[in-house]
Amino acid sequence: MVRLKINGSVQELDIPSDTPLLWALRDTLGLVGTKYGCGITQCGACTVHVDGQAVRACQTYVGDLVDAEITTIEGLSGPVADAVKTAWIAADVAQCGYCQPGQVMQAVALLAREPAPDDDAITTAMNGNLCRCGTYDRIRAAIHAAAGALGTAAADTAPAEKG
Amino acid sequence: MVHRLDRPTPGTATAGLRPSRRDLLRVTAGVGAGLTLALMLPGGAAPAQDVAAAKDAGDAPFAPNAFIRVTPDNTVTVVIKHLEMGQGVFTGLATLVAEEMDAAWDQIRPEHAPADATRYNNLFWGPVQGTGGSTSLANAFEQMRRAGAVARAMLVHTASEAWGVEAAAVTVEAGVLRHAGSGREASFGAMADAAGRLTPPDPQTVDLKAPDRFRLIGQTALPRPDTAEKTDGRAVYAIDVRLKGMLTALVRRPPRFGATLRTLDAEAARAMPGVRAVVRLPNGVAVVAESFWQAQKAREALKIAWDDSAAVTTGSEAMLEDYESLAQTPGTVFRNDGDALAALTEPQARVVEARYTVPFLAHAPMEPLSAVARLTDSGIEVWAGSQTQTFDVLNIAEAAGLRPDQVTLHTVFAGGSFGRRASVGSDYLREVAGIARGLTNQGIEAPVKLIWTREDDIRGGFYRPMALHAVTGALDATGRPVAWRHRVVCQSIMAGTPFESVFVKDGIDGTSVEGVSDLAYAVPNVMGDLHSPTSPVPVLWWRSVGHSHTAFAVESFVDELAHAAGADPLILRMDLLRDQPRLLRVLALAAEKAGWGLPMEPGRGHGVAVHKSFNSYVAHVAEVTATDGGFTVDRLVCAVDCGVPVNPDIIRAQIAGGSAFGLSAALRSRLTLDDKGVVEQSNFHDYEVLRLAAMPEVEVHIVPSTEPPTGVGEPGVPTVAPAVANAVFAATGTRLRRLPLTLG
Repeated sequence: MVRLKINGSVQELDIPSDTPLLWALRDTLGLVGTKYGCGITQCGACTVHVDGQAVRACQTYVGDLVDAEITTIEGLSGPVADAVKTAWIAADVAQCGYCQPGQVMQAVALLAREPAPDDDAITTAMNGNLCRCGTYDRIRAAIHAAAGALGTAAADTAPAEKG
Repeated sequence: MVHRLDRPTPGTATAGLRPSRRDLLRVTAGVGAGLTLALMLPGGAAPAQDVAAAKDAGDAPFAPNAFIRVTPDNTVTVVIKHLEMGQGVFTGLATLVAEEMDAAWDQIRPEHAPADATRYNNLFWGPVQGTGGSTSLANAFEQMRRAGAVARAMLVHTASEAWGVEAAAVTVEAGVLRHAGSGREASFGAMADAAGRLTPPDPQTVDLKAPDRFRLIGQTALPRPDTAEKTDGRAVYAIDVRLKGMLTALVRRPPRFGATLRTLDAEAARAMPGVRAVVRLPNGVAVVAESFWQAQKAREALKIAWDDSAAVTTGSEAMLEDYESLAQTPGTVFRNDGDALAALTEPQARVVEARYTVPFLAHAPMEPLSAVARLTDSGIEVWAGSQTQTFDVLNIAEAAGLRPDQVTLHTVFAGGSFGRRASVGSDYLREVAGIARGLTNQGIEAPVKLIWTREDDIRGGFYRPMALHAVTGALDATGRPVAWRHRVVCQSIMAGTPFESVFVKDGIDGTSVEGVSDLAYAVPNVMGDLHSPTSPVPVLWWRSVGHSHTAFAVESFVDELAHAAGADPLILRMDLLRDQPRLLRVLALAAEKAGWGLPMEPGRGHGVAVHKSFNSYVAHVAEVTATDGGFTVDRLVCAVDCGVPVNPDIIRAQIAGGSAFGLSAALRSRLTLDDKGVVEQSNFHDYEVLRLAAMPEVEVHIVPSTEPPTGVGEPGVPTVAPAVANAVFAATGTRLRRLPLTLG
């Protein structure tokens, strides 16, 4: 039995501890928004958050996740997530869309850590997430747009907080 | 009938992908005896039945034709006959319907059509439902508009009757019917029930809008209706389909193409946790377990000896050496204008020779091949990102031992395809149907999902063929090209398949030579010939098919001719294309936007390429910078003429995406076989594709046009590699003739 905390709720799974998180999510829990693309951390389609960090679920084993906070695309929420999803939709980033949940997870982790990334920071953070449809230019633009929206929101709320 | 001003010439892939009705009937008659029946019977759940069922449920929709359902909740469902695989066909076809209906864009809900060649056929392919050859928007342009116009006319009629006013006085805007005189108005949904009782008019009798009245077609700000669900993980691909009690299957296939199973010892695999069955298939052995992870581990435990007597046992380097030898000998002639051989031996002729080679390439869509099947006493249901429903149904039926009318094929989103899910023999769908049958034979009644791992995908064949182009040209004393002799060595995609008689004419597979056979340059003496070597390596169409390599050879070679003549490569092209206005226009536009001819720093260079494919016209200018031992692509400027730009934002996305796909092939990807015939690459660490860091700035400029719309899925690919190679030459003086392009 493996105990996992996923999207805020504790789940008891009857699977071996060497099961990759990806397949626990997809096959055992039915959370199929996390995608299989390569199985060897080369494509980023399976990106989830573990304690707020973007990790590849395909090479993360459930036995190593005791006490960890796991977030999948289905449970992704908060101001940064909302800004990223809004920017993604406004830019119509997705083509086939298969890699996009992983791209969104990666972008949210980036912006949570670095609210106004420059192009180099975006390249470094996003280079592990493949897209065969070639939506890279829109991914970059959407991250800038999300950062801009978050910056504006922060500027709007800052005086209120001070006051 | 759809108006097509620009019919393809015989010998092009586009023509090849549009075989005549008679051809297809003849060919498919050889696929299986059930075919004629399949074409007569609806292949899946018909909307008419859906409508009846919905009416029983008290939810009376208005379904004026097979493409539209309006429900009282004011939703307009548009039934999309083509596969949405990222190219934007859900948006494109829905735009056409919404335009003529005058619907509000946010009330439109696209959904995939059932498999039904009678109602949902590709009008360019005869009685065949399928998506490919960049034909979707072009074949459906008038059909979808007429469907929308019929619905509009019936809603207007309904409103005029209800309000007792002249139909001509009823206006429609953004999904609202209005009568100005009385101030009455109603939504589509409010009129749906009454409109559903009318008999639809003949679609050919309804008026279509003049282009100057378009409100949605050509509008840049139209959002894609499938974006939100693809952003937050709700979109369902075949690999995401979950059915109660579903098992997961992985297939072990031979390491060498053409090998067959000799001995199997599955004892250890069967004893592993979760394993429910081992099923022998014509091309391998399936392990079926309760989950992917169990199936994957058990697959590794299979002990198999393969029979390699019919297998490929040579490497791709040796194959290429054979191609080089073949290129020394005459092939089958596919084009012969004037007398190229004589012109090449004129005493004043300045002869230029070059050879270009391209490797095998895997499609590598982000969603590996996957499908779900449920076999019951009444038939088989399959869920797949099917690109060719009509043939897939026949192949599923055959593999499951059923009649085609016992197959229900549900089309779901494909996580990319690029041609892979249009495999001629439906390879992966035959597998899943065979596994479902095998399970039933073993007394196991459960739906099953087949998943190809990424390694299976890279090593599983159906590649873009490796090709060699040997080109010889001659310039006259003034530097004008007067002869072009083009020899292609390329494995035929269609030879040996049931489609051979349609696609291969007089020994020429049109998909091997498209882009050369219709060479647009005004050279008086042109001769092309083809060698089609055979091998057990399965090959297939890959985004832009033959153009993916012919444009590299043609557009590199014309550049070499220009440099030999001391001419500007852009000016020479413009001169040779003076009678090709649409090519000329995209060429000039891309060059202007890129700043062609402006001084550049040392070590930087521009390269240009222009090409027509799938009836669209594309030019790319690449800007590269030489680096220490290599180069970077900094910018791509592209111009495209695809007729009426229905969805400009999707055109930009497709051309930018096609540019990225072309750059993967230009810079990174290569599929090779070692000297024992085993594929050397296995996953994205060694079968490299473009990553974000290497994505240059891409600009897309769309030529305004009132011509009928043509495709954009494929035409963005062919010009990328030659534009980059030409730019590398401009920057470094080194001519690269082999893909992927590497310096040093």
